[in-house]
Amino acid sequence: MNDRLPILKTYKLAIGGAFPRTESGRSIAIKNPAGEVIAHTCHASRKDLRNAVEAALTVQPKWAGASAYLRGQILYRMAEMVEGKRTELAEAISATGATTTEDARTEVDRCTDRLACFAGWTDKYPQVLGCHNPVTGPYYNFSVPEATGIVGVLAPDSPSLLGLISLIAPVLCSGNAVVVLASETNPIPACVLAEALATSDLPGGVFNLLTGQRDELVEHFASHREINGLSAAGVSQAHRATLEAGAAENLKRVRVLVEPDFTDDSGFESPWSIEPFVETKTIWHPSGA
Amino acid sequence: MGSVTTVDRVMADARAASFATRSIKTAAKDAGLRLAMSMVDLTTLEGKDSPEKVRSLCAKAIRPMPDDERVLGERLPSVAAVCVYPSMVPVAREALGTSGVKVASVATGFPSGQYPLDVRLRDTQRAIDDGADEIDMVINRGAFLSGRYDIVAEEIREVTAVCADGGPQGRGVHLKVILETGELETYDNVRRASDLAIEHIRPGDFIKTSTGKVSPAATMPITLVMLEAIRESWLRDGKRIGMKPAGGIRTAKQSLHYLVMLKETLGDEWLTPDLFRFGASSLLDDILRQIVKRKTGHYAASYDFGLA
Amino acid sequence: MTTLDPQSHTETVRRTSAAGPGRSPALEFASAWDYAPAPESVKVEIAKVYGHFINGAFTQPDGGPARTMATINPATEAELAQFARGDAADVDAAVKAAREAQPKWAALPAKERGKYLFRIARRMQERARELAVLETMDNGKPIKESRDVDIPLAAAHFFYHAGWADKLQYAFAGRTPEPVGVCGQIIPWNFPLLMAAWKLAPALACGNTCVLKPAETTPLTALRLAEICAEVGLPEGVVNIVTGDGEAGEALVKHPGIDKIAFTGSTEVGKRIARATAGTGKKLTLELGGKSPNIIFEDASLDQAIEGVVAGIYFNQGHVCCAGSRLLVQESIADEVTKRLTHRLQTLRVGDPLDKNTDVGAINSRPQLDTINNYLGRAREEGLQCHSPSTSALPKNGYWCKPCFFTGVQQSHTLSREEVFGPVLAVQTFRTPEEAISRANNSPYGLAAGVWTDKGSKIFEVAGQLKAGIVWLNTYNRFDPASPFGGYKESGFGREGGMQGLRGYVRLDGGAK
Repeated sequence: MNDRLPILKTYKLAIGGAFPRTESGRSIAIKNPAGEVIAHTCHASRKDLRNAVEAALTVQPKWAGASAYLRGQILYRMAEMVEGKRTELAEAISATGATTTEDARTEVDRCTDRLACFAGWTDKYPQVLGCHNPVTGPYYNFSVPEATGIVGVLAPDSPSLLGLISLIAPVLCSGNAVVVLASETNPIPACVLAEALATSDLPGGVFNLLTGQRDELVEHFASHREINGLSAAGVSQAHRATLEAGAAENLKRVRVLVEPDFTDDSGFESPWSIEPFVETKTIWHPSGA
Repeated sequence: MGSVTTVDRVMADARAASFATRSIKTAAKDAGLRLAMSMVDLTTLEGKDSPEKVRSLCAKAIRPMPDDERVLGERLPSVAAVCVYPSMVPVAREALGTSGVKVASVATGFPSGQYPLDVRLRDTQRAIDDGADEIDMVINRGAFLSGRYDIVAEEIREVTAVCADGGPQGRGVHLKVILETGELETYDNVRRASDLAIEHIRPGDFIKTSTGKVSPAATMPITLVMLEAIRESWLRDGKRIGMKPAGGIRTAKQSLHYLVMLKETLGDEWLTPDLFRFGASSLLDDILRQIVKRKTGHYAASYDFGLA
Repeated sequence: MTTLDPQSHTETVRRTSAAGPGRSPALEFASAWDYAPAPESVKVEIAKVYGHFINGAFTQPDGGPARTMATINPATEAELAQFARGDAADVDAAVKAAREAQPKWAALPAKERGKYLFRIARRMQERARELAVLETMDNGKPIKESRDVDIPLAAAHFFYHAGWADKLQYAFAGRTPEPVGVCGQIIPWNFPLLMAAWKLAPALACGNTCVLKPAETTPLTALRLAEICAEVGLPEGVVNIVTGDGEAGEALVKHPGIDKIAFTGSTEVGKRIARATAGTGKKLTLELGGKSPNIIFEDASLDQAIEGVVAGIYFNQGHVCCAGSRLLVQESIADEVTKRLTHRLQTLRVGDPLDKNTDVGAINSRPQLDTINNYLGRAREEGLQCHSPSTSALPKNGYWCKPCFFTGVQQSHTLSREEVFGPVLAVQTFRTPEEAISRANNSPYGLAAGVWTDKGSKIFEVAGQLKAGIVWLNTYNRFDPASPFGGYKESGFGREGGMQGLRGYVRLDGGAK
């Protein structure tokens, strides 16, 4: 029965655990390969970014302060939610024709596994990246990695979901909060993910999602002084330069991946993908009775 | 006793070590060595001490280098005191006469303090009656370490009272309270014992590190901790207390390091034998050797200075 | 110099034996028994003119005042030497030499690379006194600091990293580290040789070659280090040193043949470098400024805490990026701390850096002295009370600033926000641990912090919440090659020293380039 008029969904932003529309009132139509509009997404503005950063700021210390065990369980819960939305996510990934449905399913499975991997890293990466330092003198000295703070994530257009998950999982794992700009060509999987995460126990505001245009938002990600780090993949050379130049103003940590192969587990599931967004804190204390 | 003051060992050690990096040269060295000399409590505390040994020590105390005027062209100062066991007090009293060198007597069941209080008080009174100007008492470390601070305080108060009453001629007798820091082990304990002693003694009385019978005896950091207790008492209550490190200070260089520490912790006004002493037996000869070296340009032999 | 008459002590004591009515007890340090001068006796040879060190040899500076500049002794204002003023062509020559040397250096068996570093460490130890005297003359820091801190630590840094050269694969779990390539390294004037060691040692251990630019006011010890490199037979082009001012630094940052820039210096210049390298693919590590808080709780071991405050801000004339320049004192002990600090400052000896008893030496340059004086003026204009109890008589020539501290400082005052880089301490108060933490973190900087309390659980809670790369608990300004150093936030990124310090000098295969 094809004569029923389908309800077209407008996906909203995810900010601070809520799902607001963009304050700008703009939206973008997402089309299938046949050119038919399949959904709308919000066309986020600079002010939406500002709101998302505010939300992240409020909750990030609490997230970083949660026990590694708890963060691990929540990341695992995220994996469970993605697994539960397997079909919907795969359809969303393939809806714009960027991949086949079969490849999309594989992509979702990789996403699930990647989240599970980082669920297991939360209580281990400090043991790999931190250490006790044998200094001269009667001092006890050790180095621990701590979250950098608020990280802006610019997801690649493709793979729209795996790229995003691969960038956020290591960053969330160590206690950062993220403000994500989704794939520009197909933001729907990211929006579905945001809806799934709403019931994943991840505290509202730890993961914030914007959809919109990089051309418009890159400079604001780059220049926002409350953002402490930027992780990007699949951005143009010009965007990269903008990010790095803006980052210079408050010395954001920047990581831009060039032509990454997100299916490479050893590349994307190692502690070295956590390391760019942690700060090594070294603590000295005298030892003497 | 008010709140307990804690001491961080590592930082105190580092601070104490920093004084030893001061380089004391030329005129400062000359003045420092003479000052250190004048602060020595020349000590003999051995079971084999005899009247003759004590008389010899007293002679040296009054005139450490009999040919000083010929060799150096100056009269060197006397030391501050001669420190002996109670039975030797009459001998020392007679030998020192009116020289100005004080008679210091250990008392109160030295060195252990493990005698009944009335015996320890009589020990003190007897030394005073025999002519001691200064009493070096020991605290009851057993009581201190087991937390019976009130007992330690009471004993210090009682001995202080005996000293305050003075001798036959009503002489004021100064008290030095030996904490025996080598047995207290931690700097926190040293500080606590210092605070406790300072609270119960009179201005002008001393606190002292060691009997010389326990190792380690005086060290720079231990002395620093005690000087800091003295500083706090002075700044808080205006009560001026003296300090006596004893045991282990054998070289002139060490004594200068202590003086540097004294000067930079308590200031100029403590640079006097009335407020600082070295309890030592061999230090004096090394100071003399250095003074001669400074004057003549060559090193003296140990036999150049008369044995005490 | 007052000599003491020991015989008259009784009178002295009688005069001062009681506080007396109307006089509150204080300590006096000014008069009796001053220390006589104790000058360091080693004489150091300094050439009239120095060239760059490029491709294993010193260049001939090609005459003309435009191509050389002077380095002076800040304690006397006397010229020590002329040295080459590097330009783009000099930098280019140095980069070319480094470029050419790099593949061979990286291809050496790692053990052999390590042995060169061991040799450098050894030679630095053997020439330690000469290096210390030279450092003090060029920089103005007290000889006891260059002798006991700068030079031994610099040698230790080479020794530590020598051992890493053949063990890098164990430092990066699951990865095979590769050298970055040619590193451009720009260092400041506050620890000239030590900063050179911090930069060169890890870079060389990881198989990189370097072009190092020392600060324009302190080039001499880096040039001595170049001599040592030649002495130990380090292959040509592995270490290149280009002296000069900002022109050489800028040329280095912009040179396309550079793979990585490592910079230590001001946050302002650090940001400029970050902008200049944006989009170029150059790797970057920055170790920048700070306004580090030093927090004293009422339950601290107070006398030791005071020592920590002094070590924190007056070490090296306060020319220390991690200096504890903001003292946060719990309100209940604020007066006590002020009093003790006043006494302690009276014993700090300011003057001839070559005197072994000097605690605070000369300010490194006239411009830096002007900067400090501007801050002092602003602090007074903002109504802050200055305490400068040092009794030292300052030399006639040279650049001097007596150690001082200001009380009544609020979070909004300039002195609590901006880096002075001098012996100037801002004292603020707080009431609760939470207030201490929020004040401490209320800064764009995040390099270091100190905490003083005798209570274990509190100290670790506060340490955990401070946004700082180095947290000194019941101590301050301790350094070790095995201990990573570097900041949070606008104090820069990357670490120097320790296992984590190697990261800035390697590329890792896999997704995380």
